[in-house]
Amino acid sequence: MELTAFIIKAIIILVIFGLTLLIAMYSTYGERKVAGFIQDRLGPDRAGPWGLLQPLADAGKMFFKEDFIPAQANKWLFIAGPCLAMLTALMASAVIPFGSTLRYDGIEVAVQGVEANIGILYIFGVVSLGVYGIMVGGWASNNKFSLLGAIRAASQNISYEVAMGLSIVAILMMSESLSVGSIVAQQHGGNWNIWYQPLGFIIFLTCAFAECNRTPFDLPECETELVGGYHTEYSSMKLGFYLFAEYINMFISSAVVSALYFGGYNYPGMDWVYTQLTAAFGDIAGHNVATLLGTAVFFGKALFGVFFFMWVRWTLPRFRYDQLMNLGWKGLIPLAILNILITGIGVLFIQPSLTAFLK
Amino acid sequence: MNTNYLPSDFLPIIVQFVLAAAFIVVTMIVTHRIGPSRKSKAKDDPFECGIEVVGNARTPISVKYFLVAILFVLFDVEVIFMYPWAVNFKKLGMLGFIEMVLFMALLLAGFYYILRKGVLKWEE
Repeated sequence: MELTAFIIKAIIILVIFGLTLLIAMYSTYGERKVAGFIQDRLGPDRAGPWGLLQPLADAGKMFFKEDFIPAQANKWLFIAGPCLAMLTALMASAVIPFGSTLRYDGIEVAVQGVEANIGILYIFGVVSLGVYGIMVGGWASNNKFSLLGAIRAASQNISYEVAMGLSIVAILMMSESLSVGSIVAQQHGGNWNIWYQPLGFIIFLTCAFAECNRTPFDLPECETELVGGYHTEYSSMKLGFYLFAEYINMFISSAVVSALYFGGYNYPGMDWVYTQLTAAFGDIAGHNVATLLGTAVFFGKALFGVFFFMWVRWTLPRFRYDQLMNLGWKGLIPLAILNILITGIGVLFIQPSLTAFLK
Repeated sequence: MNTNYLPSDFLPIIVQFVLAAAFIVVTMIVTHRIGPSRKSKAKDDPFECGIEVVGNARTPISVKYFLVAILFVLFDVEVIFMYPWAVNFKKLGMLGFIEMVLFMALLLAGFYYILRKGVLKWEE
């Protein structure tokens, strides 16, 4: 890789990293505002105009809290738990294509940390490492509530990972590529995967909720039974990291859902916009403006996903543990296999006869 | 699209890793330094709803969780087998599809077996 391209990549990563943290920060504010709206009250409105400085105040407070480590805890694992959760949350955004390409000085760089041909496997690998953060932290606390929360989290995450993997297989059958970049590129215009994979989308979304430990699957931190779940013993920024990692994971899974099912940076009429922009600003500037517009569309979709996570949280009650496991194993896995069969039949039989018929 | 990958194409992952690790380490050190530190016997005990701590948290747990973990290993390996097949699905065509249907039938037979064995029954 040339130096200029590398520097541009590094800047892109830096910007996406900063944006991820900012979005995670303001998700906490957004969640409380959404909760307020749904429950017909105001939500935070004291710190700054409309309470906009609330996340900064919360973060500041967390920094100044005591960094508490219980006497019986396993000290280094206790510290490693939240760090691992945060690290895996922050690493996952590397292969997500946030936009098409930027042209600068004769080179074309994709708005994506790494254009990897194994992108989906990378996301999958990093996301499944996230369970270590919770498991290690919960076990190291040496507290019964934490242990129960951690084991629930581990059990739930690995159960839903199987169905999630199976629902992605159907996407791969259509796209014939493991690269997230080319999966998004194939959904040009309004040709999104959701039109072909509605069942797969529902399975994937449900699994994303379970992987993020969000309501209705937030049993690991179920406060009616387990006090705080796996983070009962945590305080200061260690607790902050767990909460932060959850919000980052929400954003990342919304981004993955919009890349796999909602066309990522593609939107209907993008070719028309592209020709208008290149006509108005010239080839290079027009191309870059069109790419940035696509990136804005991508963030719009991802942020709507984050809003959807919050909407569901304040609408649905929590599952019971056996219901959760039954849904995962007896509901979603057979459904995902059925989805693969339907996709196979669709691609092999229905698609050729349809194209022959339309000719 | 680029089909030949060099190790240097994956360099940005290292940039991201260094960035994330630096953020985490700095935050941890700062929050450890600027927070207060007051220790006492009762405070350092594990939280147990205000009562005296009974025993240790390193207790045996329900075997159901362990069985779920074993099942996960089995099923996830089978899911991973499907990935290379799915990527080459259109090239393999009809024969590949029938073979995979057979494979999934075997998988579902095993699945049916564990269901009938009651491995996933949580009520008992």
